[in-house]
Amino acid sequence: MEKVIDVQSLRKDFKSHSSRSGLKGAFRDLFTRNYKVISAVKDISFTVNEGEMVGYIGENGAGKSTSIKMLTGILTPTSGTVRVNGMDPHKEREKFVRSIGVVFGQRSQLWWDIAVQESFRLLKKVYNVPDDVYNEHMNHVIESLDIGPLLDKPVRKLSLGQRMRCELAAALLHNPKLLFLDEPTIGLDVLVKLKIRNFLKEINEKYKTTILLTTHDLTDIEALCDRVVMLDEGQIIYDGKLAKLRSNWGEGKQIEFQFGEQVSGEQLQPLLKELEAEWTKGDRDNVWIANVINEEHVISEVIGRVVAANRITDIKIHEISTEEIIRNIYEEGMLNG
Amino acid sequence: MGKYLEMIRVRFLMMLAYRTNYYSGILIYSINIGAYYFLWNAIYGGKGEIEGLSVIQMTTYVAVAWMARAFYFNNIDREIAQEIKEGKVAVEFIRPYHYLLMKTMQGLGEGIFRLSFFSIPGMVIVSLVFPIEFSAAFSTWVFFMIAIILSFIVNTQINLLTGVMTFFFFNNDGLIRAKRVVIDLFSGLLLPISFYPGWAQNVMDFLPFQAISYIPSMIFTEGFTGSAVWEAILFQLVWAVILILPIQALWVIAKKRLIVQGG
Repeated sequence: MEKVIDVQSLRKDFKSHSSRSGLKGAFRDLFTRNYKVISAVKDISFTVNEGEMVGYIGENGAGKSTSIKMLTGILTPTSGTVRVNGMDPHKEREKFVRSIGVVFGQRSQLWWDIAVQESFRLLKKVYNVPDDVYNEHMNHVIESLDIGPLLDKPVRKLSLGQRMRCELAAALLHNPKLLFLDEPTIGLDVLVKLKIRNFLKEINEKYKTTILLTTHDLTDIEALCDRVVMLDEGQIIYDGKLAKLRSNWGEGKQIEFQFGEQVSGEQLQPLLKELEAEWTKGDRDNVWIANVINEEHVISEVIGRVVAANRITDIKIHEISTEEIIRNIYEEGMLNG
Repeated sequence: MGKYLEMIRVRFLMMLAYRTNYYSGILIYSINIGAYYFLWNAIYGGKGEIEGLSVIQMTTYVAVAWMARAFYFNNIDREIAQEIKEGKVAVEFIRPYHYLLMKTMQGLGEGIFRLSFFSIPGMVIVSLVFPIEFSAAFSTWVFFMIAIILSFIVNTQINLLTGVMTFFFFNNDGLIRAKRVVIDLFSGLLLPISFYPGWAQNVMDFLPFQAISYIPSMIFTEGFTGSAVWEAILFQLVWAVILILPIQALWVIAKKRLIVQGG
């Protein structure tokens, strides 16, 4: 299969100056400054094949945006090689950017004061899209994203959800082979998120568009991506299937009991004897959670013993969410599994 | 090429979106022209001419200088500075066009808008109120058109240069403001270059600023005649070419050291 993105030991160092403290320090800063070199991205390597949808995740400041900016040719790498769509993004910039689409969730690429369709018209000229191709492709995009009624409104009058759908349409106007999405669903409501996700799945199937998605919303990743690349402090700490991440880290379930009467920890403790499980107190009154390993006999044994000994008004069984898994990984820093 | 023409059109639309700016602009320009008219009348007193310009030529000079300014003037240095500060410049880098050329086209869109909705109607009104002499010679008009196009180019190049400096200084409001004062003063907008002392005129011959306002206004008022017109246009042309070099050089360096602000 064709490699769309090929990154080898990519590195980006920033030189930043640190200010000295106090008035005296400020005067000294006028003449000489202290510089510190900070590595935002430290020798990362990965490849992405055609048609893949990859989730690119990490904490704030982990180096996600910096690496995306190098992949899109905005920043020059300090060292290492980047080949995207078979080109060097920085050297062949104008030719290269025609083959990609980018959505930055936090900044608009539409022209603020003019109607959406005027922005589209300008982009159509910028990317040299012929009329017939444009009409066929964009009519479909406009229909699936349901932005037809918004086209004659100026961008500044759109709500965030409306604007984001228009941004996505604008990024896909030239039907790029590769799409970078940097937090595309930030601040959007569930319905708009769903619409955007369905649309992304559809174009991925229809045109084999490769998608690299950065987000803090893990439900996006769960809905769209098979593969995740996880960054921490400028290094890749996990690159593989999302399912594998879940099975390695998400062992165990939580059983939440709502008791009909007041119970104490001492009363409950003996019930879990000789089982791989432990109690934690829930956030409401009379709610206790048993954290158990994911094995049938343990789960049924715990439920059986608790139900036999106490009056129960409600039971819920939770699987540990991806969000919790990721949080655990962030907190521990490195992935050992 | 289509994309650059389209950008001119889009900028035209943006100007229409902000009509208030346009109306207040007319007011400011009328006040300026009026104020300079009375000021120059007072300076001339009973004298027939100063430094080879008659009082009517002087009035025409002032009116034309301000109307030409409406065409060549733009704020793209401020816009570039702002786009760099807010990190919007990242979006410009993922577009298949030359950012600075696109900015120039936006300036041109703005200029054409002001020329057609502002300078030309404004000139008609001004000529009704104040005594102004229009040349009858067709060649003067042609030379004037060439001269204001070149003055747009030189002024825009200076703006681009100031704007791109933001990549290096991050905050260059002071520089932008200083540039504006220097251009108003040394371009001949406030005072024709021939009114400056001899040594100052010599210095200004080595600076590009008189290409912006002095030359087109002198051509229009027929203060330049014969070979002086050709020399003046050549002066503009030479500067338009020379200024490409520092812009291109700074741009190449700026691209390498670009740091996108905010995420």
